[in-house]
Amino acid sequence: MAQMNMLHAINEALSIAMTADERMVIFGEDVGHFGGVFRATSGLQEQFGRDRCFNTPLTEQGIAGFANGLASYGMTAVAEIQFADYIFPAFDQIVNETAKFRYRSGNQFDVGGLTFRTPYGGGIAGGHYHSQSPEAYFTQTPGLKVVIPRNPEQAKGLLLASIRDPNPVIFFEPKRLYRASVGEVPAGDYIIELGKAQVIKQGSDITVLAWGAQMEVVEKACERAEKEGISCEIIDLRTISPWDVETIAKSVTKTGRLLINHEAPLTGGFAGEIAATIQQECFLSLESPINRVCGLDTPYPLIHEKEYMPDELKTFEAIKATVAY
Amino acid sequence: MSNAPLTNETVHRVSFLDKASLHIPILRILQADGTTYENAVLPVIDKALADKIFDTCVFTRVLDERMLGAQRQGRISFYMTCTGEEASIIGSTAALDKDDVILAQYREHASLRYRGFTTEQFMNQMFSNEKDLGKGRQMPIHYGSRELNYQTISSPLATQIPQATGVAYGMKLQGKRNVAICYFGEGAASEGDFHAGLNMAAVLKSPTIFFCRNNGYAISTPTEEQYAGNGIASRGVGYGMHTIRVDGNDMLAVLAATQQARAHALEHNAPVLIEAMTYRLGAHSSSDDPSGYRSKEEEAKWQQHDPVKRFKLWMVNKDWLTEADEAKLFERYREEVLAAVKVAEKLPIPKLDEIIEDVLDKPTPALRKQLKELKEHISKYPKAYPKSAGRL
Repeated sequence: MAQMNMLHAINEALSIAMTADERMVIFGEDVGHFGGVFRATSGLQEQFGRDRCFNTPLTEQGIAGFANGLASYGMTAVAEIQFADYIFPAFDQIVNETAKFRYRSGNQFDVGGLTFRTPYGGGIAGGHYHSQSPEAYFTQTPGLKVVIPRNPEQAKGLLLASIRDPNPVIFFEPKRLYRASVGEVPAGDYIIELGKAQVIKQGSDITVLAWGAQMEVVEKACERAEKEGISCEIIDLRTISPWDVETIAKSVTKTGRLLINHEAPLTGGFAGEIAATIQQECFLSLESPINRVCGLDTPYPLIHEKEYMPDELKTFEAIKATVAY
Repeated sequence: MSNAPLTNETVHRVSFLDKASLHIPILRILQADGTTYENAVLPVIDKALADKIFDTCVFTRVLDERMLGAQRQGRISFYMTCTGEEASIIGSTAALDKDDVILAQYREHASLRYRGFTTEQFMNQMFSNEKDLGKGRQMPIHYGSRELNYQTISSPLATQIPQATGVAYGMKLQGKRNVAICYFGEGAASEGDFHAGLNMAAVLKSPTIFFCRNNGYAISTPTEEQYAGNGIASRGVGYGMHTIRVDGNDMLAVLAATQQARAHALEHNAPVLIEAMTYRLGAHSSSDDPSGYRSKEEEAKWQQHDPVKRFKLWMVNKDWLTEADEAKLFERYREEVLAAVKVAEKLPIPKLDEIIEDVLDKPTPALRKQLKELKEHISKYPKAYPKSAGRL
């Protein structure tokens, strides 16, 4: 095991995947020699050549369409969208094409070898065009998997699993943790199964559920709550779509309470979907309404970023309120 | 009108066109020493206009230098310079009427200055204080001014291109004698919005000036990895619009081309594409380090084509400016910018209540509830939200 940050772990996963799969190519804006604006693809062009790791013209729509074509022809395509805020020009190619390739052709064609990697999320003074968390938009579209890691070890294993999954995956990378999150990462090749949530801490009073960069936030909030005698069970959803209903329902059946935290705005956010499902699955076990701590229903503001964020204190207060209901 | 006549000659053996088939000359009026080419046709310019252009150049240089410095000191979070591209930006803006609408990409603060944006207004935006016209919602450099007909910057690239087509079409329908100008880089010209915007403008006859700053790099990606054709100008021709390529470091060439582009757009209700060949002397942004992808020698070569210096020499040759005037102007703006920084960074941030304004024309009940809860929360933990806790 070696200590590394999340960028390093992602870079290592990409290098391992490319070594194992000669058909894998990586492309996107500035990903070639420069290694991407965050340097996640550093050294890959030197290692694998310009045919397999290259810059594209500046066109997200083009990158996604091109990726669909490549993957439909049996290649393993890993496309980088420089910021998740810039994925929307590619929206049609992703939700109407990527997601429906297999279904519409009666499984004659598919783009299962396609993975989109894209940095998402706030907390970096990026204003609303460098801070959005657009995961919920993609969960409304059947045919896509949506994955978000919380730390370097998870990023490496989940990214390798995403690249090898026989379905298209959108892999959102929490950019504020790129360098900030450092941890032990197993050497060599390993995968973490998609579609499985992970219980990171057992508890008995409330289930606290989040994903990606918000995991650090809820862990800190739960530490505070523990000091006030509240026992929190913490779960990282990891795969947002398709999500692991069973693990969450089992936990909520035990604790009787659920708090969901995400950075995206409250209304229409994925927490709403989870709340509706868990309410149905666990109605008789619930001892309080399912609570959500999310971003505000505004575009992501620059100067009021701190106020906007579903931070540790707001989560802590919501845990207390839910337990005291 | 289907299949409008394509004036084709007929040939009887296979013969392909390539990018060399299209001869695109480059307009150049000013020489490096500040004299003009012998047969050059000058733009319409007098001393007052030249002074205003030069003044804007100096202010922009000072602003870029000082604000990049402020970013390095951690006083603002982000900055982008237009160093090296002043002639493209200022020369084209100077050809416009004040009621012509500017839709910029993100590197055209000189246009806004030319229109009269004050030093204080620049600072208010960059420091996200309570006087920022954008209410502290966007990163530094995302300016906008309704009063100056300069639409607010959006970070996603090329979105302003089809919007400019729509703005100009609106002008046409309202009977205005105005155009919309839209700035973008050669990188943004790869986006789908570029195609959509140009094609619609040409077909719908929208008096739009599409101004491409072909500055060599889109972050780290050089032009040869961005397009394989004959630059961006060839595409204007492809869409059926009047097109010109100019030396983007030549203030007089840019001014002349844009003056005539504007006249053509108004006379024919037609779009025009201008491709200005220039060079991004600075980094892409304060988050970028160009030493990772281009050589010092390359940058040094382009330093010799400094557009501000070339224009200055022209003015000096005409006895419209002295070296002493220039030094004085730099000094004045250095002091002015520094003083404005000190004022702007001390002003409070916008009030928290503004966070729910402008999402829609009026805050929804859900937003009002969220604000109420947020205020209660901040009142409970004032130390955790120091910027707004004192101003609830």
